[in-house]
Amino acid sequence: MAMLNFERKYRVRGGTLLGGDLFDFWVGPFYVGFFGVTTLFFTLLGTGLIVWGAAIGPTWNVWQINIAPPDLKYGLALAPLKEGGLWQLITVCAIGAFVSWALREVEICRKLGIGYHVPVAFGVAIFAYVTLVVIRPMLMGAWGHGFPYGILSHLDWVSNVGYQYLHFHYNPAHMLGVTFFFTTTFALSLHGSLILSSTNPGKGEVVKTPEHEDTYFRDTIGYSIGTLGIHRLGLFLALSAGFWSAVCIVISGPFWTRGWPEWWGWWLNLPVWR
Amino acid sequence: MRIALQLLGVVLAVLLTGAMLGTAGWVLPPVQSEQVGFRGTGMVQVHSPKAQAALLARNEAPAPQDPAPPGGEPATKTYQNVQVLTDLSTDQFNRIMASITEWVSPEQGCAYCHNVENMADDSVYAKTVARTMFRMVRAINGPWKNHVGETGVTCYTCHRGQPVPANVWHINPGPAHPGGFAARDAGQNHPSLQAGLSSMNYDPYRELLGDKAVGERAVRVAATTALPETRGESLQHTERTYALMIHMSEGLGVNCTYCHNTRAFSSWSESTPKRVTAWHGIRMVRDINGTYIDPTAAVLPPERLGPEGDPAKVNCTTCHQGLAKPLNGAPMLKDYPELAGPVAAKP
Repeated sequence: MAMLNFERKYRVRGGTLLGGDLFDFWVGPFYVGFFGVTTLFFTLLGTGLIVWGAAIGPTWNVWQINIAPPDLKYGLALAPLKEGGLWQLITVCAIGAFVSWALREVEICRKLGIGYHVPVAFGVAIFAYVTLVVIRPMLMGAWGHGFPYGILSHLDWVSNVGYQYLHFHYNPAHMLGVTFFFTTTFALSLHGSLILSSTNPGKGEVVKTPEHEDTYFRDTIGYSIGTLGIHRLGLFLALSAGFWSAVCIVISGPFWTRGWPEWWGWWLNLPVWR
Repeated sequence: MRIALQLLGVVLAVLLTGAMLGTAGWVLPPVQSEQVGFRGTGMVQVHSPKAQAALLARNEAPAPQDPAPPGGEPATKTYQNVQVLTDLSTDQFNRIMASITEWVSPEQGCAYCHNVENMADDSVYAKTVARTMFRMVRAINGPWKNHVGETGVTCYTCHRGQPVPANVWHINPGPAHPGGFAARDAGQNHPSLQAGLSSMNYDPYRELLGDKAVGERAVRVAATTALPETRGESLQHTERTYALMIHMSEGLGVNCTYCHNTRAFSSWSESTPKRVTAWHGIRMVRDINGTYIDPTAAVLPPERLGPEGDPAKVNCTTCHQGLAKPLNGAPMLKDYPELAGPVAAKP
């Protein structure tokens, strides 16, 4: 496969965490590495198990395929394969694949001599997933508290788990998570539109420089965070969104069992105005 | 100055965080959970074991009195002016009078309802109310069996040793509000105890539980078509239903998934059987309030009436008091067959 002219520069030997030189090669444009192999292994196995689960299930309708976790009665033990055991195996495969991918990113960072921002950011997403299917179920004492794997079924789970606490919009960490999700998309839309407009000038105009971009936002909102700063802010907003959504679900159940509106009683009962 | 403000900010943040952590009511694992739907649907009841144990301890049924011996003179022959419990023997009648005193006015005694000089006298308003209450209890244990089953209710189910049950409601006119051009609060937007401290309606009861004449579909606000074909229900009506449902959840110590699969609240085929019991319960409460309690306004003294002049009415919490089955399902009625007799017509 042909290589792009700058690609040779990135094909650096070494920097592996495991496997030494054994898997330190490329297939076409793709770096392999020990963790590339494990990623592939877990991905194929996990996807195969999902397909098998669909095959023994009632439907091939892709929206309705559902791999559900075990009944609560199995607690933290292994469940029969067709009664949630499959979900447990797929969860192991998913975590194996996600973590392998993050470690493969670490190896690539080491090869390139750059910081670990990308694997750290992906790690926050993995942390949110692990919170849902491992940490919270363990705190509540049953794997059955994990969410089912299915396009619609996982949404039904989200709805019901929200209504376990009567009104989830009153969950303070959910409020923070939602706010960060909206803010990160808002910031991305502001930044993206700025970059697209400055790099796609009108006919007869030149591509605009960062000074122009800064001036645009200083004119419109009085402040520009700058070309580097916007990426730091974006990372902070995006990671905060994932982090607080993990917090909002892990406190629901293990640390709070009542309706979330009631949580605000502490504020209403402050001795200042109670 | 700037340092002082910063210090003040830090102190405030620490104090508020401390208050939040210390007084919000957080619990620590382990928690109790009970699955009420297919695995993976998230239909699960979650409780704190400590809070649940305390709740059960507060809801113990009292030991039953010795049963009345069979036979004997009818009460109507022994006593004058017996209007409701006309089918009881004198022994049964005396047993129920002793029980209601223990259940409703243990401190005040017989004199709470009776002129002790002449027990047949109707001069005390509480006696007139008590008659209505006996009719009501028999209606609950008879025609409303589809809600209370064979467990039934007694005076104790609601009263718990108090002349007025602890959990009752009056029509709530809401907080004082300026008139004129000031914005209306539309019955909401204040912390609502009735709706679990949410900002939804502070009086969902009046229009949804107030009377048996409430429309069959008053609670139903969910769309029945995939796309809107009419204007549908207003936000206020929708939240009024939501407020009522939060009241039911809090009153029963359960969450929404006890009855509903929330992916489609209205779908009966996806709901749990409990929803049928609750459906009858809503109608039972309307009947209790409209048929039995509202008419007592005529005899009640002013201090027993709410700000709008209405008597204290019942909702789900009046009986349930935090449990899915009042008194944790203790079948008191089987020890008090006197309360399940024929429902006397209104005099």
